[in-house]
Amino acid sequence: MRRETKIGLYIFLAPVLMWLLLLIVVPHIDLFIMSLRGEDDLGEAIWTLDNYHSFFSERIYWLTFARTATYALLVTLLTFLITFPVAFYITKVVHRRYSAFLTILLLMPFWVSELVRVYGWMILLRESGVINHLLLGMGLLEQPVELLYNDVSMVMGLVYTSMLFMAVPLISSLEGMDDNLIEAAHDLGASKLTIFLRIVIPYAAPGITSGAIVVFMLTLGNYLTPNLMGGKNSLWFTEQIYNQFIASFNWNQGAAFGFLLLLLSSLIIWAGLRLSRQDLGRALT
Amino acid sequence: MDVVLEIRELVRRFDTMVAVDNVSLEVQEGSFFSILGPSGCGKTTLLRMIAGFQEPTSGVIRIRGKDMRGIPPNRRPVNLVFQNLALFPMMDVAGNIAFGLKRKRLAAAEIGRRVESILERVGLADYGAKQVGQLSGGQKQRVAIARALVLEPSILLLDEPLGALDLKLREQMKIELKKLQSEVGTTFIYITHDQSEALVMSDRVAVMNAGRLEQVGPPRALYDSPASCFVAGFVGESNQFPAQIEEQEEKQIRVRTDTGLQLQATPMQPMERPECRLFIRPESIILQPEESLSGINRFTLQVKTILFDGSNTKVLATVGESEREIMVSLPQNRQFAHIGPGDRITAGVYIDACRCYPVHA
Ligand SMILES: Nc1ncnc2c1ncn2[C@@H]1O[C@H](COP(=O)(O)OP(=O)(O)OP(=O)(O)O)[C@@H](O)[C@H]1O
Ligand SMILES: [Mg+2]
Repeated sequence: MRRETKIGLYIFLAPVLMWLLLLIVVPHIDLFIMSLRGEDDLGEAIWTLDNYHSFFSERIYWLTFARTATYALLVTLLTFLITFPVAFYITKVVHRRYSAFLTILLLMPFWVSELVRVYGWMILLRESGVINHLLLGMGLLEQPVELLYNDVSMVMGLVYTSMLFMAVPLISSLEGMDDNLIEAAHDLGASKLTIFLRIVIPYAAPGITSGAIVVFMLTLGNYLTPNLMGGKNSLWFTEQIYNQFIASFNWNQGAAFGFLLLLLSSLIIWAGLRLSRQDLGRALT
Repeated sequence: MDVVLEIRELVRRFDTMVAVDNVSLEVQEGSFFSILGPSGCGKTTLLRMIAGFQEPTSGVIRIRGKDMRGIPPNRRPVNLVFQNLALFPMMDVAGNIAFGLKRKRLAAAEIGRRVESILERVGLADYGAKQVGQLSGGQKQRVAIARALVLEPSILLLDEPLGALDLKLREQMKIELKKLQSEVGTTFIYITHDQSEALVMSDRVAVMNAGRLEQVGPPRALYDSPASCFVAGFVGESNQFPAQIEEQEEKQIRVRTDTGLQLQATPMQPMERPECRLFIRPESIILQPEESLSGINRFTLQVKTILFDGSNTKVLATVGESEREIMVSLPQNRQFAHIGPGDRITAGVYIDACRCYPVHA
């Protein structure tokens, strides 16, 4: 009996382990090896830490990373602030009958590809776009203005792209919350704000944590949106990696950047979990 | 004694449906007051209006003389123990109980002291650091009650708090709750659909049906002289028969049940039509009554089965031709221990124990 369950376990685990091995572990080993390779003055391939060293010595590299990480945190925060009231409304305020419908409505935009969604924003925001057209038509503007290609439009695009990944865990954690908890707190003398801070947020904390981690990671690793909606100065770290691989053909440098991205973002998440006293295991269940 | 809660002509409608229909009542300070009624009769709605979660459509609620209209739940001097308890899962036991005290901005030391003393009171000393998930059903119950009681409300509202417990624990909690109430002296308003809970614990009981109060009084009064057909059927056990009035005098009527039994009975309300309903409690049927007794209906029982249940043993028997069984309590002494299925035995019931109510078609 025990042997059988063990075999069953292996059968189920095999595809997962294969997937982890082939798509995550192997490329990362390769990436790691590549990041430690370089050329000496004679053009011979050697082992070196130069690729890592240049990240810290060249201001532009680590500044880009710091900028990217800061914006990713900002995007995570904004996504949470915008999505939470929506999730709360859908799960606790409207009648149960409409919850599912509203959830689908919220998730609908994510049935089309990110490219199409970003293009949608561009149609709205560009100089000859819908918003400019309307503002000109109403006489609020003399000249069309470029609303695209700056940090604000980029952050907006990133928040929009991330909403799904925040909404789903928030909705599912709030859905599990008994409405009576809110009433009980109210009955025990709590104001609306206290209920929110002491009951609702702590209850949803695991959902918030998992949503925030996913949004942060995806934003940090996003390439399309910053590239299409950000301006010339809105350099994203993924663009640096891309440049190293594709533009400079410096695969060793690109590999080091890729590895650093993984390492530093993991570090930030670890710090975030420690600060908010959340538990990764609990957040993911 | 002072009146702590006064309700006048309270009405609550949901769309076209009237959940609470013109309810008026008064609750005395320090008493254990129960609201008893079948599922869906509007008990929770009434309680939620007292707690402030629902506004009445019309009518007045006064607590200690103060009109409660427009006052939100967090400012009312009442606390509610929810039907499903609603303990906060992200806090430990002490955190749950301290929640309300913290909202009153008491000093930490004072909060700690009060939490400890209430935990002791409900028999959960040393449980403060336990997580809610680690408690048994009965312990959760006590935490929920302690969480509300620690705020020293004018009235503690309890919405079927024992509903989720198993029978044994419910019996035990019933007694504990009654004891707790008399110790702390807080007014309890207790909602239940279980008549035995209401009878055992309460000083006064209000019987509710379809949004209306049918009768308010001490448990014994409800049991001994039910004011309506509904109360007679709902409170305590009864043998019930649809019956026809054959002869009507002032204090006494002659009825024939649908099983063909003819009895002298007491009308509990004015009888305008011949259709009525007859109620006889199992314990008011006397087995082998003395010949000398007067004011008594006599008939012969054909024993079908004995339902043995210790002190609550009953006989199922038929009367006359009908197959319909009636229930008779067996006296505690072993006088009738010999009777068994198939036996015929004489029986009697006093006229004033045969209660008749008009039926509303
Ligand atoms: N928010 C609401 N909207 C519409 N109808 C409601 C609402 N709340 C209660 N009702 C209706 O009012 C009636 C009384 O409900 P209530 O919950 O007060 O019953 P109850 O006596 O507490 O029943 P139970 O013993 O099952 O808890 C029910 O028919 C219910 O369907
Ligand atoms: Mg109820």
